[in-house]
Amino acid sequence: MNLLQKIEANQVEKLKENSKLAEFSIGDTVRVNVKVVEGSRERVQAYEGVCIAIKNAGLNSAFTVRKISYGEGVERVFPLYSPRIESVERIRRGAVRRAKLYYLRTRRGKAARITEKTDYEQKKSA
Amino acid sequence: MTQTKTSQRTGLITTKLGMTRVFSEKGEHVPVTVLKLDAVQVVGVRTQEKNGYTALQLGYGTAKVKNVAKAQRETYAKAKVEPKKKLVEFRVSPDAVLEIGSELSATHFVPGQYVDVTSTSIGKGFAGVMKRWNFRGLRATHGVSISHRSPGSTGQRQDPGRTFKGKKMPGHMGDRTVTTLNLQIVSVDPELGVVLVRGAIPGAEGAYVTIRDAVKRERHKDAPLPAGLKSMTSGSTEVAA
Repeated sequence: MNLLQKIEANQVEKLKENSKLAEFSIGDTVRVNVKVVEGSRERVQAYEGVCIAIKNAGLNSAFTVRKISYGEGVERVFPLYSPRIESVERIRRGAVRRAKLYYLRTRRGKAARITEKTDYEQKKSA
Repeated sequence: MTQTKTSQRTGLITTKLGMTRVFSEKGEHVPVTVLKLDAVQVVGVRTQEKNGYTALQLGYGTAKVKNVAKAQRETYAKAKVEPKKKLVEFRVSPDAVLEIGSELSATHFVPGQYVDVTSTSIGKGFAGVMKRWNFRGLRATHGVSISHRSPGSTGQRQDPGRTFKGKKMPGHMGDRTVTTLNLQIVSVDPELGVVLVRGAIPGAEGAYVTIRDAVKRERHKDAPLPAGLKSMTSGSTEVAA
């Protein structure tokens, strides 16, 4: 590891300590609680949608969340370790076979559905 | 020792490691350049009596003895300092003179302080007028052939009958000394020997970069005087922690 990577790794460690990121993967429906500044006061705004991409690049890691807002597709890219992200909750797990779900961009409504991922082990015991 | 507002501190020799990002406490993303210190020591002192000016000669890194000329070896031996890869003189005021052999630390600069940064810019070779001077070039169509990136006319007609001096023309670009003023120090890490400066800095990765207190701003009130030395770093970090 060179010095530059060490500096980045140190920062990731520090930022990880006080971040509340739930485990999530591609295809999951997630709710991202973002801190927004309005005038002088700060509040938390939720942004809910399907995680369509995750970029794993150490400190520069980011994930993309897509949702349909008033009939218009909206995609937001969040830096994974940004202190502006208050927390990330997983709402629904999605069963997908791709790392990047860019094909969802061309689909609407029924065609853009993702089936829920169900754990086989759990089913058997139930 | 009395220190005045006008006393001039020494700078530092560093190498550019590359760029990264830092998240501030507010959550803002701050682009930073990482500069590395490596055994930065005082190799020589220039004094008013002896040399007619006051300055410190600093050295960076360690050079292999076999690659150092005999004359230089003698001067290093006299200073009782390991041979250095790079030597730079910094003008200082008489009250900021350091002892020969003392090693400087990253704590020489404090976060929030403004600095000037000097380095050799990346060489671009023989560059045309569009790249070098941001000329528009000629049109892509309408009868223009072969000369799409040419400078066009360089002057008038029989009067004056010559091209004025200083006309912007193609030529060598880059690989010259560039100083960027008023860059902010984001943080320093004396253990890793690293200084993080906000924004981009001239020069390629691995290039030597000198950092000095900003000439156009007042010196930061917490900046150590006469200098931030390695021997006192252990004490200062304890205070910070």
